[in-house]
Parts: sequence; structure tokens; C-alpha cells
Amino acid sequence: MDLQVRDESRAGVADDIIMPFDDVREHLVVVGNGMAGCRAVEELLAQDGRRYRVTIFGAEPYVNYNRIMLSPVLAGEKSFDDIVINSQQWYADNGIDLIAGDPVTAIDRTAKAVTSRSGRTVHYDKLLIATGSDPFIIPVPGRDLPGVISFRDMKDVDTMLEAAGKGGDAVVIGGGLLGLEAAHGLTRRGMKVTVIHLMDTLMERQLDEAAGWLLKSALEARGQTILTGANTAEIFGDGKVEGVRLKDGRDIPASLVVMAVGIRPATALAREAGLEVNRGIKVDDHMVTSDPDVLAVGECVEHDGNVYGLVAPLWDMCRSLADGLTDRHSGYKGSVTSTKLKVAGLDVFSAGDFSGGEGCEDIVLRDASRGVYKRVVVKDDRVIGAVLYGDTADGGWYFDLLKKGENVADMRDLLIFGQAFASGGGAPDPKAAVAALSDDAEICGCNGVSKGQVVACIGAGASSLDAVRAGCKASASCGSCTGLVETLLAATLGDDVQSGPKTMCKCTSFTHDDVRREIVAQNMRSIPEVMQALHWSTPDGCSSCRPALNYYLLCALPGEYQDDQQSRFVNERMHANIQKDGTYSVVPRMWGGLTNPRELRAIADVVEKYDAPMVKVTGGQRLDIFGIRKEDLPAVWADLNAAGMVSGHAYGKSLRTVKTCVGSEWCRFGTQDSTGLGVRTERMTWGSWMPHKFKIAVSGCPRNCAEATIKDFGIICVDSGYELHVGGNGGIHVRATDFLCKVATEQQALDFCAAFIQLYREEARYLERTAPWIERVGIDYVKRRIVEDEPGREGLRARFLYAQSFSQDDPWAERAAGRHAELHQHLQPIAIAAE
Amino acid sequence: MTDWIDIGTLADIPRRGARTVRIGGAKDIAVFRTGDDHVFALVNECPHKKGPLSQGIVHGHSVACPLHNWTIALRTGQAQGADEGCTPTIAVRREGDRILIARPASMKAAA
Ligand code: SRM
Ligand SMILES: Cc1cc2nc3c(=O)[nH]c(=O)nc-3n(C[C@H](O)[C@H](O)[C@H](O)COP(=O)(O)OP(=O)(O)OC[C@H]3O[C@@H](n4cnc5c(N)ncnc54)[C@H](O)[C@@H]3O)c2cc1C
Ligand code: SF4
Ligand code: FES
Repeated sequence: MDLQVRDESRAGVADDIIMPFDDVREHLVVVGNGMAGCRAVEELLAQDGRRYRVTIFGAEPYVNYNRIMLSPVLAGEKSFDDIVINSQQWYADNGIDLIAGDPVTAIDRTAKAVTSRSGRTVHYDKLLIATGSDPFIIPVPGRDLPGVISFRDMKDVDTMLEAAGKGGDAVVIGGGLLGLEAAHGLTRRGMKVTVIHLMDTLMERQLDEAAGWLLKSALEARGQTILTGANTAEIFGDGKVEGVRLKDGRDIPASLVVMAVGIRPATALAREAGLEVNRGIKVDDHMVTSDPDVLAVGECVEHDGNVYGLVAPLWDMCRSLADGLTDRHSGYKGSVTSTKLKVAGLDVFSAGDFSGGEGCEDIVLRDASRGVYKRVVVKDDRVIGAVLYGDTADGGWYFDLLKKGENVADMRDLLIFGQAFASGGGAPDPKAAVAALSDDAEICGCNGVSKGQVVACIGAGASSLDAVRAGCKASASCGSCTGLVETLLAATLGDDVQSGPKTMCKCTSFTHDDVRREIVAQNMRSIPEVMQALHWSTPDGCSSCRPALNYYLLCALPGEYQDDQQSRFVNERMHANIQKDGTYSVVPRMWGGLTNPRELRAIADVVEKYDAPMVKVTGGQRLDIFGIRKEDLPAVWADLNAAGMVSGHAYGKSLRTVKTCVGSEWCRFGTQDSTGLGVRTERMTWGSWMPHKFKIAVSGCPRNCAEATIKDFGIICVDSGYELHVGGNGGIHVRATDFLCKVATEQQALDFCAAFIQLYREEARYLERTAPWIERVGIDYVKRRIVEDEPGREGLRARFLYAQSFSQDDPWAERAAGRHAELHQHLQPIAIAAE
Repeated sequence: MTDWIDIGTLADIPRRGARTVRIGGAKDIAVFRTGDDHVFALVNECPHKKGPLSQGIVHGHSVACPLHNWTIALRTGQAQGADEGCTPTIAVRREGDRILIARPASMKAAA
């Protein structure tokens, strides 16, 4: 290990450090033996090796090392020796005096001299300040406890390694680059690590939500606990750190707390010397401070209003500085930066502005089998930002395009596939680009299918994407090469390509059926997960796919899936029907069309109390109160709940009404208790979410007063039992039901109803009502599944009832109790008078 | 000079959602938060038939109007695709976690 450096703090004042007396060159003194300070000296030596005599002061007792490699050292992937940039020999060879372990404590600009902690005073002709940054420590109680550290230098790494040697729990505060690298290192060293991050997305300044989500999942899979949206209240412990308390009251035990929430330029020395300091030490384009003999470089400076926290800008700064010191005036113009996370096995890259927006075009590629997410943001035919997860090989290339502002119009369609594809011949047209690929160029990475094989498959008769997928497996796995295969089809067949089944929406190349199948097959659990696994081409979907995905997940994971409110259409989010003037209508459930004085009174009271402009009887046998403002909805619901009424779901892709007629109780033709059966059916089915709305009716005899034959599920009572009908609707294209079967008992009618609903819930496409669904799959198929397959029917019924056990909570009641109050309230009101 | 009004914090608005700001005697303003935590403000009226945009589904940097599903760009207020029309935008900026909207502009647009 190259640590045999004079440590002046221990050695006391040495007198042999002054250069030979005959050295009459100007004296450059550098404060800070870090990455920028030494690089500046290197640049200077390269430009004019003999012009200055150089002395470097360093607070740390080491030679110059590569600070960014502290992360791999912590993780055990590198040793200190591996990360030394300039060994003792370099200082000697270049006649540089290194005074390590002895920080400069004062600058006297009048005398042109610096003083160090050990009392040494050294005169300078030019002074270079390169003091870097100080870690920011959040001002919470307990921040001074032993065991609370930052992650900045070799000493911090030593402390962490010592703590890790004892095992136990560690908390890292801050889910940015530094925090995650610390967490990774500590995990590798055997500690149980929890990361506390204030924002909802990890590395939110470098990553978009999709990439942040992938990163979080990957880290969790490696055993870390990641708490996002978590706010630290205090660090507690008796004499040493014992844990971290969050603002929400949670306690997380820890014997080590690493704060990695940010850095501040180290400017104290410069400030005390009277130099101009803002956020950082102010410098001009040649890194000169407000004093012409004092320069500054690195993280401690502010140039043109910017401060930097990465090394790339330092290199540019050092070059300009050396140019200035040797009278070559290039000038620093600021830097564009890119970020890479140094966690083994996790490739993350980001650069530029990837937040997208108006005039920006997002090109997204998701390759689930390889765990890849790539997003390139293009504006006015130029790359302005990129986020890469999982495959960062092209990061440098995108960054280069970005910095040069190169016009990418010509390679637009192949840009996302990376440099190898996009600049393959610089062909202006994707067809030509694909045609130009050699026969053994790989098209499908997942299945290792070459262009030649795809073309052969097409030649053998495959004339659609599906046929190619079936024939040679290209594009059959993750689908990220679908565009290429389609281009090959077009190039090979011209106009003879058959377009496949309709995709779900413009965000994906998968159909509804594919998506549903894959959700179940891959046990997917959230919308971002589906979008990644099925390579959605937009960052967060659209108003057509998001509600569908939300439903598919809800249906696949009853009781487990966390409903995403923001992926629901307004009516389902507000549990009321939006009207053309932005107010809402409220329809309480009236079981089977029955009501009573108490309910009617409560409705009458609501109408008066909230000045509802209209109340009417609906076509679904219940009462609709119109003109309620979103602010008043919770109060209206509370009043209706008080009278025993719950949501009627008149707003939902869900069970709407069960219409009944009076039946055998009163009617002279009635054969069975159609009203009672209707009420029981509604009690069983209310609250369920469906692909589309679902209506039921029960008529007491074939005269069918409840219009059961234009309902999704209709029951017509006859003397000998119950006729079951399915797949009817009113609407623009009226469709009368198909006859399903006849059953003998009420219970059987209920059981068949539950089974039918579940089959529809599991297999229909979102927004496909039972009528078009049955036209598509055929009534015979439905009969096979419901009537002929008894165990199958039982299974469907059981699954429906299981799902219902989670969905029969009145959504109005929880809103009336205050849940999601923000959906109903304005942000603070503002008076206009202030204008 | 723009007069900025503090209307609340980022956390007050659901991700991919919106909240409204009521301005005495003028039209409500809808303040949107996108999936990537950008904030935009528009007069809460669709250029088509005045649908309350705050109640739409927010995707990317757009919102789908809840009434007839027009897509409105949040940054410009422009209807997208084949539809034509524009909703006035209100200058908005973030200061740390706080959200501020521009007073004079919003008053004029909303008046
Ligand atoms: C309120 C009501 C009219 C009334 O005042 O009676 C009504 C109102 C609406 N109907 Fe209806 N339908 C109402 C009974 C019916 C009926 C009668 C019935 O259920 O027996 C039918 C024919 C049966 C059927 O559904 O097939 C009916 C067939 C439709 C259709 C056509 C459905 C189809 O599959 O083609 C639509 C359009 C749609 O859903 O896409 C529709 C759509 C609508 C919408 C949701 C339009 C919309 O999207 O905004 C209306 C919402 C009004 C609101 O904001 O409250 N409404 N609608 C009835 C509410 C019943 C209830 O208590 O929940
Ligand atoms: C763990 C870690 C990982 C990182 N990873 C990356 C990465 O992947 N990519 C990237 O671009 N950047 C990364 N960085 C940031 C990068 O290391 C810094 O941008 C860079 O080191 C800044 O250089 P500097 O010379 O300005 O400051 P430093 O390298 O911190 O050097 C300043 C030196 O000055 C010394 N000093 C301070 N005051 C005095 C004084 N009064 N007297 C004498 N000496 C003094 C300090 O002790 C220090 O040695 C990482 C940083 C850390 C801590
Ligand atoms: S269903 Fe038949 S029995 Fe019942 S009310 Fe209608 S006509 Fe009368
Ligand atoms: S009012 Fe917005 S789309 Fe019609």
C-alpha cells in the first residue's frame, strides 16, 4: 500500500520541505490533494512542466486517490492500492512537495501565504483552492451520536468496514447515487441495510419513475429494504446510535447510520479569506477567483451560477485552468453531465433532460427478458436526454449525440436499438437499414434468431408477425425486436403482410389477451411491472391502457393488488357519475328495486339539504340525485349511509342493477319470488369490478316485465324452475340474450350466475360487454364452461365469491369517513382582491 | 414582476392527478402533477365543452378530459391529435417542495 506519506500532523513541523534555494520559479500552492487539485497540477505539468514550483496541502493522510472508487473499495471489489491515482513516486518525480494530513487553516492574501494546522506558513505566488465538498448532515436530533457518519473519504470507508465487521443493521439516509452505493457496499459486507429516501423514486434527479422502480425492485431482490417517501425525524441511541425514527412513527434499528443526502461546496477557508463566495467560490472562465492570484477548481467552485458534484466537469475545469496559467486562453464553458451507478450487476445511466414534455418525443424500449429499460428523449431531431437501465452500453454514444447536438432525424427509427443498429450505414430509411444488415446479424436476442433465419421463415410462408413468432421464435419472447421483424416482413413481402390482431393501444404491441395471459403466467403485481415486462413504449401508459391494466391486475390478484386510483376513469375514482357541468349524480343502491320510507326520506332530505336541482327514477329502478358538487359528495354519502344505503355503482365498470318485477308475492301470473331472488342476486354480486358494466334482471314469468332478455344475465322464472339467459344489452345495437340453460332451484340460479360472471371477468377484454364477448367466443363455449363442466363451474363460482369477500366494502363509507379527502377538496382558496 | 402565490406542496397532489385552486370570482385552476413529478397549471376547463380537466386521467405530460376523452397537453394547453382548441395555461414553479403559481397571469386567464 502506498501510504508512506509524510503525515505532518503527526510528524510535527519538518523543515526540509522548502524547495532548493536556487529555485526561483513562481510558487504554486495547492490546497486540497483531491481529484481536482491533483488533476489541475497534472494538466499544468503537461502544458509546461517547468514553469511553477508546486506544493500541495492535503487534509487526508494519503496520496491522491480516486474518490469515486471508494464505492468498489467498500464493496470489496477493489483495494486502496487499486484506486491510488498518483503514487509517492509521482510527487517525487515532478518535484512536488506533498504535505498530507495537515489541512490549511488560513489564507493571508496580503502576505500571500497560507498557514496549516501544524503551524507551517508557506508563501505563494499563485494559490489554488481545491477543497471539494463537505457532506450535508441533516439537522435532526442525534446526528452527533457515534456511529453516524457520511460517505466521503477513506476514513468513512474504514469506519463502515469496522462496523460491518460486527454485522447487524445499518440505515442509509438518502437514496441517491452515493447512498445506494453505500447501501450496496454494506450489504455486500454482510449488514442488513435499510435505505430511507424522502422522495417517491430512487435517484429521482437522475432517473425517471420507470427506471427508479426497476432499480428499487432489483435492490429489494438483493435483500435491501427500501423505504421511499420516508422522512427522518430523529436518530436515537444511548451514547451511540441505536436506530432511526421516521416522522410516521416507525423505528428502524441500526448500529450504523450513513447520511448521504447531499454535499455542500467546502468554502469556509475561502470565505474567511474574503474571497467572493456564493453557493461555491466564484470563478471566471479560467478558474480565477475574485483575487487574481487565487484560483479555485473542483466541487468547491461556482461557475456561471453552477456547482458540480461529478468528476467530468472537473476535468474540463482543470484544462481551462492550466491553459490560463500558461497563457493559453481557452476558457471553461460549463459542462453537461451524465451519471452511472457503480453497483455491480446493476447498470444505470442517465444524462441530460429526460423529463420529456411538450415538443419532446419519448422513444422507449423495454426488454423484459434481459431486464432492460431504455428511454431516449428527442426534441427538434436532437437527443436531449437518456435514461438507460439494464443495458448501458450505448450510454456514451447517446451522451455524445446529446453533447454534440447532432441531428438524428435520419436514424430516428433505429436510435433506440443503439449505435450498432442506428449508425449501420447511416441509412435514411429503416427498411433500407434492415435490408443492409448481413444475414447473420442477430434480430432476436432472446432466442438467438438471425436475420437470415427470419427471412427464411418468411420465405417458407410466414406472412404475419404471429406466423414468424410461431415459425422461428423471433420476437416471441420479450418482443423488443418486434419493430425489426415487422420491417423485415415489409421489406421481404411488400404489401402482402397481414396485420395481426389489434394491439391493446398504441403503447404496446401486445393484444389484450396476451397481456392478460402474461399477467397471470408471470405473476405480475403492479402496473409498472407489466409495462416493463411487456415493453410498453410510453413512460406511463395512456388513458386507455392504464384502466385496463388496473382491472386485469385487480381481477388476477383479489385482496392483494393495491388499486391504482389514478388509473381509474373519473367516475370510478369519485364513485359518482360526472355530469356535463362538472357536478356529479348520486345513485344509492336499492336492492332489487325495493325501497322503504326511511330510504326515501333520507333521499328527500339530501335533495333539500344540498339543493340538488333534480331527482329522477332511473331506467334501472332506483333514484338518481343530480347536481352534487364534488366537495359535498362525502357529506351526501354520510347522510345516505346513515339511512342504511350504500353505493349503487351506477358509475362503474361493475355490477349495476338487478331489476325485478313483483313476481309470485303479488302478481297474478307470477311463478316464483322474482323480487326476493333479485335481492339475493344483488347481495351476492354488488361491488364487483368487471370488464364493462354488468346488469341483471329477474322476471317472475315469461311476460318478462323486468326485461331480463336484454341484460347481461337474465333470469326468467317458470313453474318448473329458472331459465337462465346471458349476453343481452340495450344500447345502440340491441341484442337479446342467448339461452344458457334451465335450473331447478334458486341456489343453482345463484351459483350459475356467479360462475358466469367470473368467466366473463377472467376472459373478456376490458370494455368488452357480455354481448360482444359472447359473439366472439360463441355461446357454445360458454355452455361448455358453465353448464357441462361442473367442477369448472364450481371453481369459477368459488373464485368469484373469494374476490367478492374483498370488494363488498361500501366505497362511499370510507370516503364519508375521510379517506382520500383530498379528491374532494380544493387546494387553498385564493382571494382575487389581492390583484 | 410576477407575483407568486404559494398554493401547497407537491405531496398535496396525487401523482398522475390534479387538485383545483378556487379563485374568488374566477374560474378554478387545475394544478397537475405528472408521473415524473412535473407540475403544470391550466384553467380547469376543456377547450371542447368545458369539461373539468382536473378530473381526467393524467398520462405522460397530458391529460385525457373526463367528458369526451380529448387529450390536452399540460405544458401548452393545446388539444392533441385531430382535435383543435386550447386551454389557458398558468405559470407555475416549484421552490423545493412548495408549489407556486403566478398571480397576475392566473387572474387574467381565469377572469
Ligand atoms: C341514469 C340512467 C338513465 C335514467 O335516468 O334512467 C342512465 C344513464 C346513463 N346511461 Fe344508461 N342509464 C340508465 C339505464 C340504462 C338502461 C336501462 C336498464 O339498465 O335496464 C339501459 C339499457 C340496458 C343496457 O344497459 O343494455 C342503458 C343503456 C346504456 C348504454 C348502452 C349500453 C350498451 O351496452 O350498448 C350506455 C352507453 C355505454 O355504456 O357505453 C349507457 C350510458 C349511460 C350513461 C352512463 C352515459 C354516460 O356515459 O355518461 C348515463 C349516465 C347518467 C349519469 O350520469 O347518471 N346506458 N342505460 C339509468 C341508470 C340506471 C341505474 O339505475 O343505474
Ligand atoms: C463514494 C463516492 C462515489 C462517487 N462516485 C462518483 C461517480 O461515480 N462519478 C462521478 O463523476 N463522481 C463521483 N463522485 C464524486 C467525485 O468523487 C467528486 O466529484 C470529486 O472527487 C470532486 O473532486 P474535488 O477535488 O473537487 O474534491 P475532493 O476529491 O473531495 O478533494 C478535495 C480534497 O481537499 C481536501 N481538503 C479540504 N479542505 C482542505 C484544507 N483546508 N486543507 C487541505 N486539504 C483540504 C479534502 O480532504 C479532499 O481530499 C463520488 C464521490 C464519492 C464520495
Ligand atoms: S313478471 Fe309476469 S307476473 Fe310478474 S309482473 Fe310481470 S307479467 Fe306480472
Ligand atoms: S369537454 Fe373535454 S372532451 Fe369534451
